[in-house]
Amino acid sequence: MLSFIDTILQGILLGGLYALFALGQSLLFGVMRLTNTAHGDFIILAAFAASSLALAIGLPAAAAPWAALLLLLPLSFGAGYALQRFVLNGTLGRDPLPSLVVTFGLAIVIQNALQEIFTADPRSIDSGGLNTASLSLFGGLSVGVLPLLIFAAAVVLTCSLQLLFDRTDLGRAFRAVSDDREAAEMMGIDHRHVYALATGIAFLLVAVAGTLHGMKTTVSASDGPALLLYAFEAVIIGGMGSFYGTLAGGLILGVTQDVGFRIDPGWGIWSGHVAFLAMLLLRPSGLFPRTR
Amino acid sequence: MALLCTRRLEAYYGDFQALFGVDFEIDAGEVVALVGANGAGKSTFLKTVCGLLPAPRGAVAFLGEEIGGLPAAKIVRRGIALVPEGRRLFPSLSVEENLRMGAYVKRAGPWRLESVYRLFPRLEERRAASATALSGGEQQMAAIGRALMGNPRLLICDELSLGLAPVVVKEIYQALATVCRDGLTAVIVEQDVAVAQRVSRRMYCMQEGRITLSGVSGELTREQISQAYFGV
Amino acid sequence: MTPSFTVARATRASRLGGVIAVALVLGLASFPFWADAGWMRDFDEMACYFIFALMWNLLAGYGGLVSIGQQAFFGLGGYALLVLGNHAQMNPFLAVPLAALVALAVAWPVSRIAFRLQGGYFAIGTWVISEVFRLSIANVSAVGGGSGTSLTALRGIPRATRESVTFWLCLAGATAALALAYAVLRSRHGLAFLALRDSEIAAESQGVDVARTKAFLYLTAAFGAGLAGALYFLGNLRISPDAAFTVNWSAFSIFIVLVGGVGTLEGTIVGIVLFYLLNKLFSSYGTWYLVGLGLLAVVVVLKLPHGLWGFVSAKFDLHLFPVQRRLILPEKE
Repeated sequence: MLSFIDTILQGILLGGLYALFALGQSLLFGVMRLTNTAHGDFIILAAFAASSLALAIGLPAAAAPWAALLLLLPLSFGAGYALQRFVLNGTLGRDPLPSLVVTFGLAIVIQNALQEIFTADPRSIDSGGLNTASLSLFGGLSVGVLPLLIFAAAVVLTCSLQLLFDRTDLGRAFRAVSDDREAAEMMGIDHRHVYALATGIAFLLVAVAGTLHGMKTTVSASDGPALLLYAFEAVIIGGMGSFYGTLAGGLILGVTQDVGFRIDPGWGIWSGHVAFLAMLLLRPSGLFPRTR
Repeated sequence: MALLCTRRLEAYYGDFQALFGVDFEIDAGEVVALVGANGAGKSTFLKTVCGLLPAPRGAVAFLGEEIGGLPAAKIVRRGIALVPEGRRLFPSLSVEENLRMGAYVKRAGPWRLESVYRLFPRLEERRAASATALSGGEQQMAAIGRALMGNPRLLICDELSLGLAPVVVKEIYQALATVCRDGLTAVIVEQDVAVAQRVSRRMYCMQEGRITLSGVSGELTREQISQAYFGV
Repeated sequence: MTPSFTVARATRASRLGGVIAVALVLGLASFPFWADAGWMRDFDEMACYFIFALMWNLLAGYGGLVSIGQQAFFGLGGYALLVLGNHAQMNPFLAVPLAALVALAVAWPVSRIAFRLQGGYFAIGTWVISEVFRLSIANVSAVGGGSGTSLTALRGIPRATRESVTFWLCLAGATAALALAYAVLRSRHGLAFLALRDSEIAAESQGVDVARTKAFLYLTAAFGAGLAGALYFLGNLRISPDAAFTVNWSAFSIFIVLVGGVGTLEGTIVGIVLFYLLNKLFSSYGTWYLVGLGLLAVVVVLKLPHGLWGFVSAKFDLHLFPVQRRLILPEKE
């Protein structure tokens, strides 16, 4: 019984990380119907960048990753804004092919460039023991501090994003431009700028996800595609159009994978994929879709 | 000096020419109607003026400045507001949020949520409802209110009467008349000629991308308008 | 009086192209008698890429269905060949078309799930499906599990014979795939595809059975991918889940089709030739070569959306595979 609770618990915490991966993707798809196939690779890129920054900063290991993240945030926002404004804006339209191919091409470029620069060796961000620290719970169970932190970050960021969309001018602009771009233009909303802001924010999320991921486990240049699939599955399971749905989707994916792992390590990831396909078959709109 | 004027305005959809040298003019405080059948080019004309379609440089002037070639978002900020054909409220936003969207440009002026609600009390009752839950008439009020929230110098209304019952159309145009009495300049695009003649001071008629008639609304005869409208 | 008109298909260029094509195929067929074994293996590999890319082009360029998961059927074709050859004791050469049929059979239920998604999400969904295949097979030790196994059924056959027959099968496969694509596009179905790509709703209103047409395309593409997979591992002799289901197949196909020109058969030919040359010249640069390919694909999409062939074809009104119909009106008196 206890081991069952442990599995679920670990699965939920893992799901928090998956939700972090998925939030950026949910945002981009919600605002501009963009499928960024390089999403996972950007997360890995962020992890490598944070790792290099942390080493370069020269602070003690307990503080270095956080300082690195702080530095990475404005850089990520700028990179996301520029990428959208100067490259991706030109690919959006009725045909999904251009945006898919461009982001796919970027994925190949990032994966191979990372491999060249950092070699195929896995790397991780030294967090001064944070990744091994744990809290004791009841009955001999314990949870890692870092996974708990990641889960908390996922919840906080989910609520923040939902608030941004529901209560702020920018959020309303996001919803308006995704409803009817032309009508939004008539309100004075420049879609090129607004789309770029969305990608900038998505890249902030990517920076956080990448840094935390790199602190928790080792990353290697070719890890990107797997993360893309987890993010995508979390969004679909949860239902499009709702950030809370994405959070739920991430948690469900995490738990499903963990349960699968406990049954047989070879079927862990497989279980997650199959659960996703089952959701597609049984309830294609996901668990908590926002009706339009 | 005219508030808005177009000189030999042309517009294309790809290779297809939709507007052929349109000359149009409206002075501050006027209400001018633009009539014509489906496909005459009225909506194309509006889209080109508002920047949703590219206009050649030098073909459109607003408040004395050339706006041809500017993106729509920039033109809107200068003080033109469009009430689009088919209302086009944002389905993801509530009625009040739609109105707030109109104020995105933050121009100074008398129109705020309170003043819009005074003009259309029905909207205040339904302020939290989703825009899609409104009746046709209420949606039209919301669309007009949304445009007014931008405190425009020029209001352009595209086919206000489309799909609405005559009694509702009357109500809408009465509200519009109140607004224009305070000096707002308006271009009314209509398929319903009788309504257009009644609410405007001057009128243009379009057919196949060209202006076929222009004059003072009260002085134009049925035959003249038929001729210009249908070309028979 | 209604004017009389004729609908023409062929152009002068296409007639000439047809003659050249036949000569080319005959010339290639003679390879096993005089060419270097290395050339034949190169051709085998390129033929597999060509078939895969052609099928991807059919799906995306004509059907508007962008998939990055076709490698699911590629790998399935390879493993079907393995099972038929090693376990069912079938002649591997004869098993090739059968393996393709297995891929086709699996594609039918898979399409029911995949079609729940649209656009960009359909693409990623197909990738997930491919991953499920990979992970499933990696767990089956009877076919070698995660590390793969060899196609032992070909052990008894002398090397020269094996290489020749494999080569001829690849040549036949590539030619057949091209002929099949050409025939389909010339037919009534071809028009349906183009209509589908431009607008599903409009197509449906004109009587095009959208669901049926999409399924037909998907199944055809799966068959082709399965064929390519079976042929590839026939030549390679060794199969593993990672090699069979790698997304690289889709990635390279996208490159080939896009740089050549999406939506045209000539474009895929241009693309495969270019891919072969780039491969020969630059693949020794390893990862930087791949970076270059990725950047090239990005630049082509942004600057030359109809690819190299699209650019040439538009400039000179050249059509080697006349799938379009031209209206010829009688000369005015």
